[in-house]
Amino acid sequence: MSTLPPDSSPAISQAERDELRRQGILLTSMEELYNWGRSHSVWPLQFGLACCAIEMIAASMARFDIARFGSEVFRPSPRQADLLIVSGTVTKKMTPQVVRLWNQMPEPKYCIAMGACAISGGPFKQGYNVLKGIDRFLPVDIYIPGCPPRPEALLHGLMQLQEKIRGQKLTGPDAPRHLQADTTCDFPVPEFGEHDLLPPKNTEVWQPPVIVRKE
Amino acid sequence: MSASDPSTLFPPLAAPGSNVRAVHDPFHGDLLEVSMGPHHPSTHGVFRMVVTLDGERIVKLKPVFGYLHRNHEKIGENTTYLGSMPYTDRLDYMCSMTNNWAYALAVEKLAGQPVPERAEYLRIILAELTRLLNHTCLAGFLLQDTGASGTPLMYAFREREKILDLFESLSGSRMMCNYQRFGGCRVDASPQWLEAARRVAANYSEFLDEYETLITGNEILMARTQGVGKLSPELAVSAGVTGPMLRATGVNYDLRKVDGYGLYPRFEFRVPLGDHGDTYDRYMIRVLEMRESIKILQQAFRDLPGGPIMDPKSKLRGFRPKAGESYGRIEGPKGEIGFYLISDGSPNPYRYRVRAPSFVNLTILEDMCLGQTVADAVIILGSVDIVLGEVDR
Amino acid sequence: MESLEQLHGRLLTRFPGAEIVVVNNPAPSAQHSLLVPRDVARELAFFLRDDPALALDYCSNVTGVDWPEKEIIETTKSTVPDPAGGAPKVVETKTKRIQPGYFEVVYHLFSIALKHGPVIVRVRTGNRTDDVTVPSFTPIWRSGEFQEREVYDLFGVTFSGHPDLRRILMWDEFKDHPMRKDYVEPDDYEWEPTPHGVVLEKARQHYPPAVVAPAETPPPAAKP
Repeated sequence: MSTLPPDSSPAISQAERDELRRQGILLTSMEELYNWGRSHSVWPLQFGLACCAIEMIAASMARFDIARFGSEVFRPSPRQADLLIVSGTVTKKMTPQVVRLWNQMPEPKYCIAMGACAISGGPFKQGYNVLKGIDRFLPVDIYIPGCPPRPEALLHGLMQLQEKIRGQKLTGPDAPRHLQADTTCDFPVPEFGEHDLLPPKNTEVWQPPVIVRKE
Repeated sequence: MSASDPSTLFPPLAAPGSNVRAVHDPFHGDLLEVSMGPHHPSTHGVFRMVVTLDGERIVKLKPVFGYLHRNHEKIGENTTYLGSMPYTDRLDYMCSMTNNWAYALAVEKLAGQPVPERAEYLRIILAELTRLLNHTCLAGFLLQDTGASGTPLMYAFREREKILDLFESLSGSRMMCNYQRFGGCRVDASPQWLEAARRVAANYSEFLDEYETLITGNEILMARTQGVGKLSPELAVSAGVTGPMLRATGVNYDLRKVDGYGLYPRFEFRVPLGDHGDTYDRYMIRVLEMRESIKILQQAFRDLPGGPIMDPKSKLRGFRPKAGESYGRIEGPKGEIGFYLISDGSPNPYRYRVRAPSFVNLTILEDMCLGQTVADAVIILGSVDIVLGEVDR
Repeated sequence: MESLEQLHGRLLTRFPGAEIVVVNNPAPSAQHSLLVPRDVARELAFFLRDDPALALDYCSNVTGVDWPEKEIIETTKSTVPDPAGGAPKVVETKTKRIQPGYFEVVYHLFSIALKHGPVIVRVRTGNRTDDVTVPSFTPIWRSGEFQEREVYDLFGVTFSGHPDLRRILMWDEFKDHPMRKDYVEPDDYEWEPTPHGVVLEKARQHYPPAVVAPAETPPPAAKP
């Protein structure tokens, strides 16, 4: 709360704000206050899939201490969590469960794809059971590369998420999902087909760049 | 156990004709079926147990896994032998050094590749450090499952970080070390590293004393784990259970003594055995094994010879073993980890199979949990020590 | 422990008429195995477990292997007398035959009581299409329960006498058997950031073709 968000155009400059603060007067906007509260108490869901989960647990232990950043408790229940850290390979067998958990989390909610497997399938990409990235079904906010990323990388990703939350607007077309009346927060859950998931991807969420074939 | 009567090997079905769902039992009335997992705080990964309950008692338990099936064996068929080494790190992701060693052993058997002495000693040092790491984490996770939420796990991870620092400075990565090669090790250990490792091993007994003062004689732990999840030695042997779980039932089978792979016959260490085969025994065996590991580490640091760490005739690029097959196994921290390789003379294996200890140890999970409460099932699963990367591969 | 040849001899006397063959392993590991026909496999397994000299009470590993059918070309040389009366000619005739494919289940057996092993037993199916049943060893060694289910799931080999044969790693509605050599994986290669080789070919199927302008104007350079 000590610096203004990057694209705000205040009637008062940062130096004047600091002067007022030294006199004991705090001047802020509703958006800044709201986002400050939300960004500094992001509670993750206790959701670890594979190897990255061990680094996530290490990040919550005494040496790296994610609690300093506000993620004091990892909630076991999705109903009480704000953040889904998809840590580890998402297999096709597990995908309906992940999407269902995401649907059960109340808004506002965020998703971090931690590790190469959650971003794009990772080293196990060439596989019949591996989903090539959880962003095929869920809207991912932050991607943390690594295999596994160090706990410091997870903390850096969390800090980036906090910056992103602080920059969110309360009104207008850029408002997040939970403040827009016409968007749905329920994502369709895929089903098990005979050879693959049905549907294999969610085209509303995932729009990869189109590469034109060079003949 | 009679020779020709298979019914003694399997637990009785609650309702005949149904393998998974038993919702009405003629004696107990309606039973409740609960699906524990795959997302659950205590199932150690994406593991699911379909539990049928009569009140709080378990009548039937069917494990469901495959939620982390990453087709490692299919990838192994499409990758070269050396290219599969980083994938073996990700099998049992807590103990990457021992997975690497098991795979390197299998390939060395297939190709008839000798390993220099210094490399064997380094392998033993790293394998015992991995055993310390794994058993420490198991103690932490098991106590978290009993409800001591967080504190023992914090102590365990504090020690784990010390060993991970050693692994990182030696191999470049905390967890996925990718360190062993066919014919030796990738990087030599410097004298500074050896000194740091010696200090970690020397201080470990103090940590174990501190931990045991808090935990081993703890009334709550004893009340919750003694007599819970008993496993008989005959069933354990028949079900292919290996590792600390088998030794907790009293069966003396440790591959370090039986197969004598590497240079383990030169080392003096005991194999702790349990009496009852319950959860408390499984926990105590691991604590005792940690003390034996410290002894092995001290002997290894004392006797480590100089010399090359890689066999000079070993060929890494363009490695094509002759046609044939081999099965190599080592005593990993969780049990017997083995690799079965069939080669047809090409750079990729024809068949690459991982014998994962956690997968086979889960066979008797139902037997151990029948008649116990749901809370006990969580502790029993914790004491089996599974890692889903291995179970599903 | 007795050598494999001695064991082989004892098995042949115990099961007369059965075609038990020693499969030689040319690798330096020298782990030779026994190929056992399906009809005596179950009894042979009981014998291996209960015999006091062997006491193979621990089945460590159950593996499925897919051997697809192979086309084998054999060349035979024969001498043909020259009708013109000269020296006989050597003629090479090539015969093609199809060696039928099969699935193989390999069991690694050890003894915990006597601390020896391994004894490797192989059982083969008839072919890869309809004759894919082998007897299950789960009634003898409980460790086969999950491992044989895995071989069923990934290869399609049915085990008769298995108490609970259903899919273990893939979901129940899945229809294929993925570890077979002729399995074709689903095509989800729409977005590959750095493709090369085989993956590039698979990804290219999804790229739309470049638009080529009509012949009067020079075609614009296709944008990557």
